[in-house]
Amino acid sequence: MTRRAAYEARQRRRANLIAGGSTVAVLLLVIVLVPLAPGWEAVRASFFDGEIFLRTFPDLARAFLLDVAIFAWSVPMIFAMGLAIALARGTNNPALFPLRIFGAVYVDLFRGIPVVLLVYLVGFGIPGLGLPRPWNSPYIWGTVALVLTYSAYVAEVLRSGIESIHASQRNAAICLGLSERDTMRYVILPQAIRRVVPANMNMLVALQKDVALLSFIGPVEILRQAGIFKSLLANFTPYVVAAVIFLCVTVPATRYADYLMNKDRNARS
Amino acid sequence: MKTVIAAVAATLIAGSAMAAGHCAAGKTLTEGKLTIATGNPAYYPWVLNDAPEAGEGFEAAVAYALAEEMGFAAEDVTWTRTSFDQAIQPGPKDFDLNMQQFSITAERDKVVDFSAPYYTAPQAVLTTQDIFVAGGTSATMAFLKEVQWGVVASTTALPVVMEQIQPTKSPLVYDDNANVIAAMQAGQIDAALFDLPTALFTSAVLMDNGAILGQFDPAAAENPDQFGALMPEGSALKACVDEALDALKADGSLAAIEAEWLQEATGVPLIK
Repeated sequence: MTRRAAYEARQRRRANLIAGGSTVAVLLLVIVLVPLAPGWEAVRASFFDGEIFLRTFPDLARAFLLDVAIFAWSVPMIFAMGLAIALARGTNNPALFPLRIFGAVYVDLFRGIPVVLLVYLVGFGIPGLGLPRPWNSPYIWGTVALVLTYSAYVAEVLRSGIESIHASQRNAAICLGLSERDTMRYVILPQAIRRVVPANMNMLVALQKDVALLSFIGPVEILRQAGIFKSLLANFTPYVVAAVIFLCVTVPATRYADYLMNKDRNARS
Repeated sequence: MKTVIAAVAATLIAGSAMAAGHCAAGKTLTEGKLTIATGNPAYYPWVLNDAPEAGEGFEAAVAYALAEEMGFAAEDVTWTRTSFDQAIQPGPKDFDLNMQQFSITAERDKVVDFSAPYYTAPQAVLTTQDIFVAGGTSATMAFLKEVQWGVVASTTALPVVMEQIQPTKSPLVYDDNANVIAAMQAGQIDAALFDLPTALFTSAVLMDNGAILGQFDPAAAENPDQFGALMPEGSALKACVDEALDALKADGSLAAIEAEWLQEATGVPLIK
């Protein structure tokens, strides 16, 4: 080992020690100081009741499966719709101008309306027009509301990806004799979609949490189940359980998005 | 001179004690005032026109009767609004009493204090005319098992539906009465369980095609739904409120208030 390498190793060890020490110190401060607050006993009893945690966990985990299911069937629809809107907004053909207008209005409208409002409006409003069962199901129309909102966001993400592809790519494809359609399909989109994967992972993490908004129109998913337990037991611990279950999914998803983002950056640099 | 001061002091003490009531003195948030919370919005027939200050509606009337019994004049009663969550959150509360149809349960009693019950609520089944016709006037349990139920999350209706009716389809759950009605009008649910006075008002006023299928006999229920005024855990006021409620029960004024504001709550068929 050279003198320089030894010095660097020493420096690294020292930095790690300091980082570890300060982390432990902060944790200790939190663990020691928070319980000293005068209301800590009350807060602990109503948010961190171990017995209630164990009692409500199985039911909440079961209710979470509904969140996962809604998420799973919404995602393909969101991306299909988002892609369609992004393409509609990007079209250059003068005859298809109405499509461009439609795309712009769609994005403005559904990105601008709060998701909760859209869930109520679509979830209660459209079935209220007199649809028979099972076509008035809150699952169907709640999903439609999520798809409308999120596809508007995804459309903008995809459009930014499409626009980030340099014009030379398009020109090269035309020179090779590709049709406009094939240019989009084989040249532009594969690059554009890859470029916005991290941004879309972000959307998925946000969607994972917004799925819970469907509980406003009836389905008993995890947040609603926690609310039911809360009012029966007059205790907020079930919400903490729900938060823990959510974190078990969103933290790995966020880390994965970070990993993809780093990979993309390394590939480009 | 000394005697004069003593006499003045005595009068002052007596005077303030009079104003603050016989047993509630020094136990309320604001000395000499009784702060009562209700829902936001407060629903008929518990509070009329969402204006508890007028003393109209069952809970508003009970509140003023209680206040008077505890020695507070009507103008010494101040109103505030809380949600269910605000009422049970840990930490200091901004009300002395909270009256918004809180059902007394053993679990809730661990976190907050309840007064003695001021009303025993029969549970009633609200539905639409169409379902009402389909189910016939004699609602049977077999029919109730088959329908799609909707309930409000923060009430005790869900356990009642799950335990007493045991429906075949899992119930849908909503935040408040308005959402249950919206779902019923959208045809997403067939029936909802409310306390009888709320069901009667909803069916008559809020819905075009509402109908009451029947009520469950509260006397037959294992845990009848009893409403109590909610107080912070360990409230010094509880003994005082209970005493006042007992007095109101004994002299018949509570029954009179119930007759005045909840009189329609009779004549609804029982579900067996």
